[in-house]
Amino acid sequence: MKKCLVVDDSRVIRKVARQILEELDFEISEAGDGQEALEYCQAEMPDAILLDWNMPIMSGIDFLKALREESNGHEPVVVFCTTENDMKHITEAINAGANEYIMKPFDRDILEDKFSEVGLV
Amino acid sequence: MNTDDFKFLVDRIKDRSGIVLSADKGYLIESRLVPVAQRNGLTTVEELVKKMRATPNAALMEEVTEAMTTNESFFFRDKTPFDFLKDYIVPQFLQSRGSNKRLNIWCAAASTGQEPYSIAMVLKEMNAKMPGWSYKILGTDLSNDVLEKAKTGTYSQFEVQRGLPINLLVKYFKQTGETWMIDPAIRAMVEYKYFNLLESFAPLGKFDVIYLRNVLIYFDRETKKSILERAAQLLAPDGYIILGAAETVIGITDALRPLKTHRGLYERNSAAAGTGLAGKATSTLAGATSSRPSSVLKTSGTAAGRR
Ligand SMILES: C[S@@+](CC[C@H](N)C(=O)[O-])C[C@H]1O[C@@H](n2cnc3c(N)ncnc32)[C@H](O)[C@@H]1O
Repeated sequence: MKKCLVVDDSRVIRKVARQILEELDFEISEAGDGQEALEYCQAEMPDAILLDWNMPIMSGIDFLKALREESNGHEPVVVFCTTENDMKHITEAINAGANEYIMKPFDRDILEDKFSEVGLV
Repeated sequence: MNTDDFKFLVDRIKDRSGIVLSADKGYLIESRLVPVAQRNGLTTVEELVKKMRATPNAALMEEVTEAMTTNESFFFRDKTPFDFLKDYIVPQFLQSRGSNKRLNIWCAAASTGQEPYSIAMVLKEMNAKMPGWSYKILGTDLSNDVLEKAKTGTYSQFEVQRGLPINLLVKYFKQTGETWMIDPAIRAMVEYKYFNLLESFAPLGKFDVIYLRNVLIYFDRETKKSILERAAQLLAPDGYIILGAAETVIGITDALRPLKTHRGLYERNSAAAGTGLAGKATSTLAGATSSRPSSVLKTSGTAAGRR
């Protein structure tokens, strides 16, 4: 079973994402900010990370940059999932090493499409 | 709605479009035709039917038919039909076509344009490998509404997230607020035309690849057969037809045959009756296609190597 870390400061979003991803056969862990996510990854790299942008303590983009610096940090497939929906943010995310990008609001179809786009489903 | 009115509508819609509405689709007719009735100053579907019975009215008939089409589409739908183009069909043409560097593609149920634009993006991405080639992508549909939308090349945030990889969004779209507009260069690769699949295909010309996807599902067997056989006749001898995931030629016609190696891909079956080929032409073409197996192995080998 593939492991996916869901990183979002909204508990509601984490719950929605968990439900959809569990049905796609992922084992889910959650983190509420970038710092928490980084600590999780330093202990154990997940296969996939669904990542919000704006979060307290450490933002998604700062987390991604730090993650890609880690020794196995290139391994997880990272899919951004954020209300930031302009070309500038999307480009910045890709340059920082994001594999896909979801603009909120999202639904099951979009999540499934994007995960299959990067070979996770 | 009473059964008489239901039957009247079902018959008219089938005559005009081929679309078959089964007895359990009463609710669908009701929900889609009430707005049509209202646009025509009426309130109920009964009144609409009454008006249609009273005087034949082509414009109204067209409006009713359009309302009953299902236009769902998304970019790179099912993915493999576009991988086949990139990894199998184009590489094969590059090898075999010599100085004939033209590629004619027909999207026979183009809907809101995601399918023809996906093809255009695939070809644009392959530009460097295809020096001197020119392409024409024709997108046709029965519904003027969807064609109008296709022509604008603008999509909602939701639509650009269905099937479109983020790198292609960044590369080929411009954002204005919540809508995304496709690059004029991609837009210019596709020509859109109103076309009813029940009409003669003769004016359309010849094609190397025909995408005929997710439209046969709405038709009965006779209509499917007729469309598939007429489409086969428009196809270059070495061309391909691509059907939707729930569609097949098997049990319907032998004018086309499936490629065992590529699910959903069909080639002309020149040996079969009904392809409009007879006598000498048949044997030449049969000879030509019998060399296919070796090229199948060769090109699919290249494709795998590239991945
Ligand atoms: C579900 S869409 C398919 C879109 C696209 N090919 C895809 O696979 O995503 C079906 C389209 O077929 C069109 N259609 C239905 N009957 C037709 C007919 N007789 N001639 C031409 N188009 C037709 C509808 O208007 C609709 O846009």
